[in-house]
Amino acid sequence: MSSSTTNTSTHHTSTIGSIGTPSRRNTELALLVFAVLIPVFAYANVGLAINDQVPTGLLSYGLGLGLLAAVGHLVVRKFAPYADPLLLPLATLLNGLGLVAIWRLDQSELLQSIKQAGSAAPRQLLYTAMGVALFVVVLIFLKDHRVLQRYTYISMVGALILLLLPLVPGLGKNLYGAKIWISVAGFSIQPGEFAKIVLAVFFAGYLMVKRDALALASRRFMGLYLPRGRDLGPILVVWAISILILVFETDLGTSLLFFGMFVIMLYVATERTSWIVFGLLMSAVGAVGVASFEPHIQQRVDAWLDPMREYTLSRNGEFGHSEQAMQALWAFGSGGTLGTGWGQGHSELIRFAANSDFILATFGEELGLAGVMALLLLYALLVERGVRTALAARDPFGKLLAIGLSGAFALQVFVVAGGVMGLIPLTGMTMPFLASGGSSVIANWALVGILLRISDTARRPAPAPAPNPDAEMTQVVRPS
Amino acid sequence: MSELTLTVMRLGFLAVLWLFVIVAVQVIRSDLFGTRVTQRGARREAARPQQAARQAAPPQQRQQAGGGRQRRNAPSKLVVSEGTLTGTTVALQGQTITLGRAHDSTIVLDDDYASSRHARIYPDRDGQWIVEDLGSTNGTYLDRTRLTTPTPIPLGAPIRIGKTVIELRK
Repeated sequence: MSSSTTNTSTHHTSTIGSIGTPSRRNTELALLVFAVLIPVFAYANVGLAINDQVPTGLLSYGLGLGLLAAVGHLVVRKFAPYADPLLLPLATLLNGLGLVAIWRLDQSELLQSIKQAGSAAPRQLLYTAMGVALFVVVLIFLKDHRVLQRYTYISMVGALILLLLPLVPGLGKNLYGAKIWISVAGFSIQPGEFAKIVLAVFFAGYLMVKRDALALASRRFMGLYLPRGRDLGPILVVWAISILILVFETDLGTSLLFFGMFVIMLYVATERTSWIVFGLLMSAVGAVGVASFEPHIQQRVDAWLDPMREYTLSRNGEFGHSEQAMQALWAFGSGGTLGTGWGQGHSELIRFAANSDFILATFGEELGLAGVMALLLLYALLVERGVRTALAARDPFGKLLAIGLSGAFALQVFVVAGGVMGLIPLTGMTMPFLASGGSSVIANWALVGILLRISDTARRPAPAPAPNPDAEMTQVVRPS
Repeated sequence: MSELTLTVMRLGFLAVLWLFVIVAVQVIRSDLFGTRVTQRGARREAARPQQAARQAAPPQQRQQAGGGRQRRNAPSKLVVSEGTLTGTTVALQGQTITLGRAHDSTIVLDDDYASSRHARIYPDRDGQWIVEDLGSTNGTYLDRTRLTTPTPIPLGAPIRIGKTVIELRK
């Protein structure tokens, strides 16, 4: 009698159906439609302002962006039905606005006359399509993000190779003073963008195993937990590598991004504020130390401290100086609060890299403070959804990977926006999704794909328990 | 193109961009609060007729109504209150929750003292939640007592697994 009652009780677990959590895919669809219509509006606005007519490519452009968004949405619906509803629309909107701004700069006769090719927008649309294709591949083939945990140390090797590729003679290219590009079959690739994702996988796998040793074995000193000397090993190694990147590739942005990402993940894994203090101290020491003897970095710092002097020197024909930092600030200034309106600014005067590194200046001039604030909020929302995904994830690897990816994304936005606005020295990174450049767009779509995968696992309701085979066979005795 | 049209478009675009931001924030807001609020409202609605029935009911049936009240006081979520996963909550919706270091557990414990399949928590026929130790090495503790048989979980009682403590809350 008693055995049968316990049996019915366990059996009963299988008969209670779990209440379905809303998947929110329809919300995502509605937001996506909105996110496609906004860039189409902007595109029409640019055409009306510059040529007095609705641009002829409006339909094909709108359909192209809409098609890519639809493919992304259908794949998410099929392969990650419980994923976060905001990530895809936010990425689509940012990418669409970037396409409009690039097309708007293509229209400028000034940029067409100097070597800056006048057809960056169609190329960017092609890169976007490749990015969405990679996004689809990630969602279809990465069934569970925990699979990545198996490749912890392979990722480390892969990331190191990607980071060192630009230094290989014959393959690496020295463009504009920074060696962060490689050229393969006529294409310029920035391997650092991809290394960002691979490195996050390595850090997540490594810290998941080691975090107890890093968190617990420490002494308390003046309110700070001081780690043991031997536990400082990993942070010293990553620091040394990022310093090497700074010295040999002379790119402050890449170096800052990787070290920052490691410190963020270390802090999240160990909950020790002391790592952030150490990280800030070490990056400050490293940056100042390298800047004291590396002329390229030195020049960037000078341009940051006194952009006007740099501008005058460059105007007087002095070699090696750049006028862009000052021009970007003027662009922001002439934009004011509400901007000049699409197509009515003069940000093409920045000429060189106007549609890549300095694309934010175009937004600053034509949309004004109100537009740039909205843009930064869109980035903030994307990062917030990434952090929310990390909070909701139930496995430590997924938590760390999600926080690492969104942290790297946030740092990249900060480094680029801060550089263009003159808050920190200018670096050679590009605004994710907005700026012209294939590697950045493709890698960031893959990043969003991985975040969607983690978020799908985290938000998916727990599966219904498997029916208990014993319970089927045992007859239940009921007192009548 | 006239100056006026361009100004209208310029301001219109900014308005639309901000509208998107506001809509996105609203989606986040409904993600946080939306469903729970409606559920609570519906439950109170359902409780009212039952209360009216109980006032008229003879003592024998009041016993059953008491049972109904217990179900209304049933826990709705499982909260991790200590350990590396502190703050994690899992909604209790009638599904079995498995705990352990195995990667397919509902709650993956990152704890050297936990077994790969350590314990499970499930509702019995009356909706009472039961915790059962799955033959773990270091045992599962309810308050201070080590579990040997499946045991009902009182609301708010700490269940200790290695360094992790979980409890059921309303």
